Amino acid sequence: MLLYILRRVVSAISVVVVTLVASFALFFLAPTDPAGVICGPRCTPERLADIEASLDLDKPAVQQIGLYMKGLVVGRDYTAGGVTTHCPAPCMGYSYTLGQPVTKLLAQAIPVTISIVIGGAVVYLTIGIMAGTIAAQHRGTTLDRITVGSTLIIASFPYFVFALLVALYATFLPESQYTPFLEDPIAWASGLLTAWLCVGVTNAASYTRYSRASMIESLGQDFVRTARSKGITRRRVVYRHGLRAALTPVATIFGIDLAFQLTGAIFTESIFGLPGIGLLTLRAFGQYDLPVLMGGVLVGSAVLVTMNLVVDILYTFLDPRVRLG
Amino acid sequence: MSIATETSGSGVPQRADAPLLQLENLAMHFKTSGDGLLFRGTKWVQAVDGVNLTVHAGETLGLVGESGCGKSTTARLITRLLEPTAGKILYQGNDIAHLNERKMRPFRREIQLIFQDPFSSLNPRHTVGTIVGTALRTHGMVDKHGELRRVQELLEMVGLNPEHYNRYPHEFSGGQRQRIGIARALATQPKIIVADEPVSALDVSIQAQVMNLLENLRKELGIAFVFIAHDLGVVRHFCDRVAVIYLGRVVEEGPRDSLYQKPQHPYTQALLSAVPDIGVVRGVPPKSRIRLVGDVPSPVDPPSGCRFRTRCWKAQDICAQVDPPLDLKAPNQRAACHFAEPPAEPIVAEVPA
Amino acid sequence: MSDQTIRAPQTVTRTARPRDENEEPYLEVTDLQVQFPTADGMVQAVQGLSYRLPLRRTLAIVGESGSGKSVSSMAVMGLHDTKTARISGSIKVGGREIVGMSEKDLEEFRGADAAMIFQDPQSSLHPYFTIGDQIMESYRAHHNVSKRKAKDRAIEMLDRVGIPNPQRRVSQFPHEFSGGMRQRAMIAMALVNDPKLLIADEPTTALDVTVQAQILDLIADLQRDFGSAVVFITHDLGVVAEIADDILVMYAGNAVEHGPVDKILGRPLHPYSWGLMESIPALTGEPQPLHPIPGAPPSLLAVPSGCPFHPRCEFKDRVAGDLCRTLKPELIPRTIDQGRASRCHLKEPDRVFDTEILPRLP
Repeated sequence: MLLYILRRVVSAISVVVVTLVASFALFFLAPTDPAGVICGPRCTPERLADIEASLDLDKPAVQQIGLYMKGLVVGRDYTAGGVTTHCPAPCMGYSYTLGQPVTKLLAQAIPVTISIVIGGAVVYLTIGIMAGTIAAQHRGTTLDRITVGSTLIIASFPYFVFALLVALYATFLPESQYTPFLEDPIAWASGLLTAWLCVGVTNAASYTRYSRASMIESLGQDFVRTARSKGITRRRVVYRHGLRAALTPVATIFGIDLAFQLTGAIFTESIFGLPGIGLLTLRAFGQYDLPVLMGGVLVGSAVLVTMNLVVDILYTFLDPRVRLG
Repeated sequence: MSIATETSGSGVPQRADAPLLQLENLAMHFKTSGDGLLFRGTKWVQAVDGVNLTVHAGETLGLVGESGCGKSTTARLITRLLEPTAGKILYQGNDIAHLNERKMRPFRREIQLIFQDPFSSLNPRHTVGTIVGTALRTHGMVDKHGELRRVQELLEMVGLNPEHYNRYPHEFSGGQRQRIGIARALATQPKIIVADEPVSALDVSIQAQVMNLLENLRKELGIAFVFIAHDLGVVRHFCDRVAVIYLGRVVEEGPRDSLYQKPQHPYTQALLSAVPDIGVVRGVPPKSRIRLVGDVPSPVDPPSGCRFRTRCWKAQDICAQVDPPLDLKAPNQRAACHFAEPPAEPIVAEVPA
Repeated sequence: MSDQTIRAPQTVTRTARPRDENEEPYLEVTDLQVQFPTADGMVQAVQGLSYRLPLRRTLAIVGESGSGKSVSSMAVMGLHDTKTARISGSIKVGGREIVGMSEKDLEEFRGADAAMIFQDPQSSLHPYFTIGDQIMESYRAHHNVSKRKAKDRAIEMLDRVGIPNPQRRVSQFPHEFSGGMRQRAMIAMALVNDPKLLIADEPTTALDVTVQAQILDLIADLQRDFGSAVVFITHDLGVVAEIADDILVMYAGNAVEHGPVDKILGRPLHPYSWGLMESIPALTGEPQPLHPIPGAPPSLLAVPSGCPFHPRCEFKDRVAGDLCRTLKPELIPRTIDQGRASRCHLKEPDRVFDTEILPRLP
């Protein structure tokens, strides 16, 4: 098991490195001029060359990647106008436009995105699994039909339309803003509530359907019949035996989905004005802010591979038949 | 290649002296990852491990054994749905063990397979006419005009209404679906049919119908069969010769009557003895029963020497050290056992006349 | 496997227990009807089934798929969903009426007074819980005991059903057991509350023949110890001969023949029973051509009029008039043979069997 995790971590790191190199290359090939952006409208060729040198933009691409990697691992020194600044590891450089270390920007943005996604997941998993389980138990009844019907209506709305409508009309909800959790947990929760509900309700529709289908299958299994024949209560049959088995496929979807939610929180962030990773990279993209963009890519791919690993490990706890090795 | 060869209609070179089908040291090892801590030491499931069998033209050979013994893998090897790890599959003297799909094609026409499950082995989106017709077309058996007529002939041959060629598999019962599978196998006029548990998914009364059909077809068309089943009564009913398989090896092989009446190998004796006997209530004295203890060992790590020794009441030291060869113990009857000997009393009780 | 001894061949003799007509039945099924309304019509799964089963006796219910053998036994356990099944008639277990019993009472009844084992132990055990967990859950549902006590009981039961190393095995998952061991564990779970009625639904069909022999021995052995009544559902007449005292042959939801096993298998009197016997290839003698029953079992949505077996019966022409097509025969107890009954219009079935069927049997 430990060895398995180690092997997976190694392969995860290599995936991140490959993504990094690939995106580095892509940004380089694109016709951007970061030094020009920093230099501004009243720029002299000398100043431009100076900036390029200070950012190592004058060096060959391969060397730049090397320097970037080195920065990540051991830190990096920047010399501009005779002043040397040390950027400690993990160094992702400085934002061209904001002048701040990328690590600091990311450290501010990551908790925002994670708060939105995790909070939303709690909402949609709770609603989705509960509604799905109840619908499955009352399969074919009016209750079931209403549940399935409403999930279809919600699912057929594009997410951004739904989010915009909520932002426009749900004014009775607390205003959206981000307060760090440690600073004021209540403000944190109330500021994110609208976003959570928005993410939660839209995704609950699909999770209701997954859970319902999975639960119907599980309740038809032989082991559920065995459980009933043992004389345990109906509740226990449904929740301990039926739901337990139905959760595994739902967890699989959730694992894949969660990574996408993290990278796709950009809609929620921009509609509700929450300064997360999505908003940060979107802004960086518009301004050719290469270090921030690279930081975003790095975080995004790291999150994806980590989630995959977590789901696989989680699987061994959900299903004892799965053995990693 | 000193012997004169000729070519059959399907393009398969035939040799006069070669048996129809011969398996020589056939082995199939499936890869499975181990659970070692440092090295994931790849392990091999020895599903089939050194099988030697011969089938002559028009003959039926039964393969019996318990689940996981390798009998279905053998079926898949003969029909080359799998490529063996080692050994030869000689069809009329031609080794087909490693032929590619293109070279295999003429052989496919002559070696057909009938599956166990009549529900999953037919494409639900194709009509019966298409299912049987595809087999005809693939091997260029008939021209376009003749196809429908031939399909109807085949359906009639297996006892289905020939007018039902445009129906879908789900419109038929289990027994009828198995008949469709048989019609498909017959379409190419094979010389040998490998039937993998063809009746075990069917109800008793339907099972007997399908067995009678197979029997009649065999007599009429002279097709050889490799008949795989776990039901010893069914195998006895249908086969001229029977091979008993245990953990990927043939442990005993011989003519039906001598094998059932004078089984040499302890495993064959245990197997026969375990069959519940309806004769008990019809005044037949209860038979002496051998109850095997425990389970079949894992084919990943089979016992040394004789593979049956861990469950055998005759086992002695030599059994762990020396793997007994499949030797002739009685006329035409081979057994792989150091202490092969028929039981004192017949295991299968005779009904008094 | 080192802790197991290898047994030498042994002769096992089994004699059916003589029937005592005055014995109080533990299970009494009277005129049971089970129907399932569907979009295509009413599925007549069981029609007018009646039988009595005292303690310490084994009844084998024999039939092909769709004969109603499993459906009727699910009804005895009260396992049918009252929303989808219509059940009428009476099922009395130990004097208590099961038909119409409240869900709460049923929960108390199931697993305690009557328990069930199923065909496929692989799918019938929950893959995510250990064997011990599942047995303990069954025990604690009916006994107010600590987990520790329940675990001891689970180990005791695993040991009783012949599972080696029960202390270790109790905390393993079903996938770590072989097929035969899983069925033993199922049996341990069913018997953990000492039920007086055990229903075994094709418990050996999915097993290999040598393992089947072990499980049949085990069930017979446990029945002697526990003194319970056993309903054994199977399609295999050989298994019936080995395990049962009585036999009930079902066809298309109806009991067609019922009585002591030696009498029914020794001289069956219903054409369907004849057909079954003639469909089984023998292990001895010169292989005879099989005489299968023509056609296929009817759809339970449209059970044939008159005798449900008449479309497949080769003796219907021997019955005067249109009787077989028009009038459903009653399950009539025979006066000369105590305790057996057959549902057929045919006159002198004994003579027909002796002169026409018996010579064809191997």
